[in-house]
Amino acid sequence: MKKIKTPSELEKLRKSIVAGYDFSRSCITICKGTGCSASGATTVVDAFREEIKKQKLESKIDIRTTGCHGFCERGPLVVIYPEGIFYQRVSTEDVAEIVSQTAMRGRIIERLLYVDPVTGKKVVHEKGVPFYNKQLRLIFGNNGRIDPTEIRDYIGLGGYSSLNKTLFEMKPQEVIEAIKQAGLRGRGGGGFPTGRKWESCRKAEGDIKYVICNADEGDPGAFQDRSLLEGNPHSVVEGLIIGGYAVGAKEGYIYVRNEYPLAVKHVGIAIKQAEEYGLLGEDILGTGFSFSIKITRGGGAFVCGESSALMASIEGRLGEPRFKHVHATEKGLWDRPTTLNNVKTWATVPLIIDKGADWYAKIGTEKSKGTMIFSLVGKINNTGLVEVPMGLPLRELIYGIGGGIPGEKRFKAVQTGGPSGGCIPEKLLDLPVDYERLTEAGSMMGSGGLIVMDEDTCMVNVAKYFLSFTIDESCGKCTPCREGIKHMLEILTDISEGKAEKKDLEILEELGNMVKETSLCALGGSAPNPVLSTLRYFRDEYEAHIKDKKCPAGVCLELIQYSIDEAKCTGCGVCKKECPQGAISGQKKEPHKIDKKICIKCGICLEVCKFDAIVVE
Amino acid sequence: MDKVTLTINGLKITVDKGMTVLEAALRNGIYIPHLCYHPDLKPVGVCRLCMVEIEGQGLTISCQAPVEQGLMVKTENPEIDKVRRVAVELLIVNYHADCLTCAQNNQNELQRIAAHIGITKERLERLRPPTKTVSVDTSNPFFDRDPNQCVLCGICVRTCEEIQGVSSIDFAFRGYNTTISTFGNKPIAESRCESCGECVVRCPVGALTPKKFQQPSREVKTICPYCGCGCGIYLGVRGNNIVSVRGDVDNPVNKGNLCVKGRFGYDFINHPERLSAPLIKRNGEFVEANWEEALELVTRKLSNYKGDGFATIASAKCTNEENYLIQKFTRAVVGTNNIDHCARLCHAPTVAGLAQSFGSGAMTNSINEVSDAACILAIGTNTTVAHPIIGLQIKKAVQNGAKLIVANPRKIDLCRFTNIFLQHRPGTDVALLMGMMRVIVDEGLLDETFIEKRCENFEDFKDLLSSFNLDFAEQITGVSREKIIKAARLYATCKPATILYAMGITQHTHGTDNVLATSNLALLTGNIGKPSTGVNPLRGQNNVQGACDMGALPNVYPGYQKVNDPMIKSKFENAWGCRLNDSPGLTHIEIFDAIHQGKIKALYLVGENPILSEANAKHVEEAINRLEFLVVQDIFLSETARLADVILPAVTFAEKDGTFTNTERRVQLIRKTIEPIGEAKPDWWITCQIAKRLGGKGFDFLHPKDIMEEIASLTPSYKGISYERLENGGLQWPCVTGEHPGTPILHTQAFATKSGKGKFIPLGYKPSAEVPDDKYPLILTTERSLYQFHTATMTRRVEGLNILRSHEMVEINSKDAAALGIGDGERVRVISRRGVVEAFAKVTDVSPLGVVSMSFHFSESPTNVLTNSALDPVAKIPETKVCAVRIEKLEGEEDRSADYTQR
Repeated sequence: MKKIKTPSELEKLRKSIVAGYDFSRSCITICKGTGCSASGATTVVDAFREEIKKQKLESKIDIRTTGCHGFCERGPLVVIYPEGIFYQRVSTEDVAEIVSQTAMRGRIIERLLYVDPVTGKKVVHEKGVPFYNKQLRLIFGNNGRIDPTEIRDYIGLGGYSSLNKTLFEMKPQEVIEAIKQAGLRGRGGGGFPTGRKWESCRKAEGDIKYVICNADEGDPGAFQDRSLLEGNPHSVVEGLIIGGYAVGAKEGYIYVRNEYPLAVKHVGIAIKQAEEYGLLGEDILGTGFSFSIKITRGGGAFVCGESSALMASIEGRLGEPRFKHVHATEKGLWDRPTTLNNVKTWATVPLIIDKGADWYAKIGTEKSKGTMIFSLVGKINNTGLVEVPMGLPLRELIYGIGGGIPGEKRFKAVQTGGPSGGCIPEKLLDLPVDYERLTEAGSMMGSGGLIVMDEDTCMVNVAKYFLSFTIDESCGKCTPCREGIKHMLEILTDISEGKAEKKDLEILEELGNMVKETSLCALGGSAPNPVLSTLRYFRDEYEAHIKDKKCPAGVCLELIQYSIDEAKCTGCGVCKKECPQGAISGQKKEPHKIDKKICIKCGICLEVCKFDAIVVE
Repeated sequence: MDKVTLTINGLKITVDKGMTVLEAALRNGIYIPHLCYHPDLKPVGVCRLCMVEIEGQGLTISCQAPVEQGLMVKTENPEIDKVRRVAVELLIVNYHADCLTCAQNNQNELQRIAAHIGITKERLERLRPPTKTVSVDTSNPFFDRDPNQCVLCGICVRTCEEIQGVSSIDFAFRGYNTTISTFGNKPIAESRCESCGECVVRCPVGALTPKKFQQPSREVKTICPYCGCGCGIYLGVRGNNIVSVRGDVDNPVNKGNLCVKGRFGYDFINHPERLSAPLIKRNGEFVEANWEEALELVTRKLSNYKGDGFATIASAKCTNEENYLIQKFTRAVVGTNNIDHCARLCHAPTVAGLAQSFGSGAMTNSINEVSDAACILAIGTNTTVAHPIIGLQIKKAVQNGAKLIVANPRKIDLCRFTNIFLQHRPGTDVALLMGMMRVIVDEGLLDETFIEKRCENFEDFKDLLSSFNLDFAEQITGVSREKIIKAARLYATCKPATILYAMGITQHTHGTDNVLATSNLALLTGNIGKPSTGVNPLRGQNNVQGACDMGALPNVYPGYQKVNDPMIKSKFENAWGCRLNDSPGLTHIEIFDAIHQGKIKALYLVGENPILSEANAKHVEEAINRLEFLVVQDIFLSETARLADVILPAVTFAEKDGTFTNTERRVQLIRKTIEPIGEAKPDWWITCQIAKRLGGKGFDFLHPKDIMEEIASLTPSYKGISYERLENGGLQWPCVTGEHPGTPILHTQAFATKSGKGKFIPLGYKPSAEVPDDKYPLILTTERSLYQFHTATMTRRVEGLNILRSHEMVEINSKDAAALGIGDGERVRVISRRGVVEAFAKVTDVSPLGVVSMSFHFSESPTNVLTNSALDPVAKIPETKVCAVRIEKLEGEEDRSADYTQR
């Protein structure tokens, strides 16, 4: 590939790519994101290729493997263009039929269609799926339309035209102004105004500056950054180059978890391709501006997502946070001015340059602009990644897009912002989701995790779970985080085992506030959130554990007991047969009994009983 | 320094810019609780207890908040109290407190914080104490590590890294499981820990505690008696026992730092084996005597040997005053210049060489300048082992960005910090330095202005240099020309550059040439007479500089005034009221040769142990046995003292007043801390008694300060020195008037030579006297252990030091060892032309191929039986750094390979 030297050459290339598209041909796109791959998408792709070869349809049907579409719960996902027919949970057995029927003849295969759980109706087209059509997929939307390993796909959709515009039409300060005006805030969860960060880095003294993309996505259940890097790596690369130009950096780093091999691979390919096309490296687009990007793979410590720990890790030192009175924008990586932003922030940058700051500023709320990608998981029908404008009420996210709670269970809480976020109760379901509202509610935006919990969830147990995570990930350097979280977990454990006293709740709050206020980094600064928010909204549940020695949700093993309702038990003997401890006794056709001394509360009897006779209290 | 004014709790405070809020508060007497802050270390802000409220910044930790003009700080408010209280309560609950039985009791920061905050029992009892206890690491002989009392402030870790440059410990594991650990979580005694105890003194809690510790009832400020660094210490006393030692933070040499010997090596003072009464040999057995009997015998015997049939060996461990008296006695009473001391065996070439080129044979610059050098050439010095506190300065310099060039045949510990390591063959220093100088001249990196204005004889030097080439240097030294070139450029261009050297330079038959090579190099680049430059010989004994200054040398009176100079002679004759001998006396080795030949028949030996310390030691022992009369004055019954006719029990540095002059010419007071042990007497008293009984005049001193007055009156460079002045801190000579501030840097305006110019001396390479051959294929070089000192008369009486290093180890390269079938820790026999010694092998690539090394600390393995007494023709120093040996494995003997605490 000859390097692109001028804006017109880039435009010419884009036109020739678009001209090469034959919209009359069928194109089968298969999601090869991590979720769909885990559901078998790789073998499905192979099957499609083989089938098309077998039927000698290479000239008639295109195949494109794409990044994550977000609706992982329904994977593997297949969309057939130009119609946009949407098939879900596709397996290799369906392949031949899809090729011959849908791709060649436009016939719909009913069994592969998505059924709207609310209306019960089948949906034919992707755009008709409620999960999608209620979203605003600005930065995530192209994932399903391009092959992430093919720069031409990205350019064909207008990719790198923002870079072009930046380098030829804007001064660095103008880029910063645009970002400021757009109101973009850090998508890593901190929500710091991106433009201001860039500005202080630009103003900082020093010839050498750096930009860093933080792709050390460590929150359990979060995979937005991963999906973006895997599915549309060029958008991040383009954002980084623009950022580098704006702050005056010539080098960028993408710090990505080594647990994301596909993301590492795709970003690597993207960097190489961008270099080949003259969009990255020396003398970009003939402007004299040079910028290079290196990939640093993380070693798996959660705390390395914290910016100072991340920089220490890039420098080859122990990945632990360091307190610095001076901001990284003045003294960051190797003590040089450094701008660090999250993957989603960088991916938003080209969009703002392309469509304008005003356009972007119209989306979202007064203080939180644009869209946010959430990972919707837990007790929810439509598990997956969703991109919505800031300010959308939680209810709309959970019921409108998420399709509500499975099994007719009642919603109890949603935990936002990853392991250090807080739990938001039902009464706040109409809360508009933005940085300020979530913080006010005792939680946070964080990386955009949304874990939905139903009535079977014990909030003490939830708090305990998240604290166990942060304890494992705490580096142990500062006193509050190291000692405080541990002590909080000890108290929670005592509560869940019925060994706590009422005063322990006060201690929990004291400890929580201390850890929050005094920890060295954001890990400790936010770790108590799950405890403090559940204490705030579900204090009665804590009190039930302490006073009544009961777990209302029936989760905490030490506080529950299994028994058999004699009125309901038919004496079928299934539970007795399945009990691994031999704790159940009784004659055939007569009510059975559980020996509480032997019972380990594993719950197998509850699962196997067909007569609802097992009682947990 | 710019100042800023800030307000803390309503008080306006003006402090230096660059300080932190915590420092500003503490210096102004405002206490803010803190655990991880230490004034010597970089702040890390991990304990989070020093929270303050800064207007506009909210709650923040003060140890990392820089002071700013107009800053409004509150150190207390209800919110701070609330969060800090809980954090401290957690620390206390987790702390296995046993304050009343803890060495840190009353000095524990956590106690202080608890008291400050007002911790209550009720609140503590709400919390959950830990259920686990971890075992205490008692492996180190001097201190214990108790993880149960550790608050993970990391001060020990940072001390070991930032101050000691050793990094023997670090944080291990994560989160709540974090612990301070050695590599591999082994006991500390098996780690690379150097037992300096710096972490122990800085530990704010009871996690690191000294093993033997008693609170002293009083402390006395004095100077460490070991090496030439001259560190300030406080000896703690109870009754008549030394019970504690701590570094003197106000002493400019060590600023409170100490090495393992300086901190823990004092058991010898109150040791039961101390000589407590005079001993007279009767029928081959020593019999206790009273002073009268002993002195009477000594004077009776010595009266037979007036003149050159007598010799004195003075002591570099004794004070200036004592050495002055010993030489006065020898010259004025006995009438001979046959006086020398162990400086002959270590730095005689320094005195001879630097006197030629600069006019003065001592460190040109001061210890605390080293850390500001841009380049350090450390040649022939294993600084971290032999001069540990100067070693710290080198490490600090490297931290400050200095380039370090180490030139040493052995891959010493400092090599961890080098930019260039020049591993030249033993004895090839001249070739190496000449090679560097050739590069500097060829590449025009010399300081022509300096040479022109301040030097002489450059053309002669240059002529000789032009015949010297790098191929030759490479071939002789074994160092690649690229490295020589790189080192030359670095030294010549990174200014200020300083040269540090020790006995790797001097203990050769061409030791004086080696010294001259270093001075040539410094002159060539103008690296002399300015701060952080110079040629800096690191002197070995606590007062070897002083013993030289005091004229315990055969050719000079105090202040290097020549005995054969008639003017000088008459000055001393007038002062001492006697006739003096103007022919220079014999040097150390020459004295023993003369004894062998029967020319010298009586010897007064003060505080030396030549049977172990002298090259070709067997020869020395034979000589001593031929003496008609030997008086030994010592604190222990040393190997040499056993051969004496009379032993006079002297006191240690802790039992007398006096002065030591350290390696940087700093004269410092040592103070009597305890009463003499038994009947032991100060050396100055003993010498006076002998002198007086032999009819000497001018020996009626009541106190060493009177002796110093006489010294000052006769020694120009000490003229301005008096005890009154020294009370306020040491003075570096030359100190020529009572107001003179002393001289930290020599030769700033002119050199001390006659012409006032620095003199280039043309040099040629000379091989060592004994080189390997088929029969003796290995080179033996000598070294030191950090844990023992000299012939170990003192250190072997410190139990802990002997746990860390108990026996001689022959360091041998792994390839040589493999070829000889020798395994690590196995017993070997080392054989030279002069003798045989047995020791344990230490297989290590610290030793290069073909070179083995040994210390000379252990009487069981007397290394100097092997070494060569061939002398440098000028300085008369024997060549203890190079001789040829062969090694044989001893089958079926004890194997010490599993002794991991030995180092």
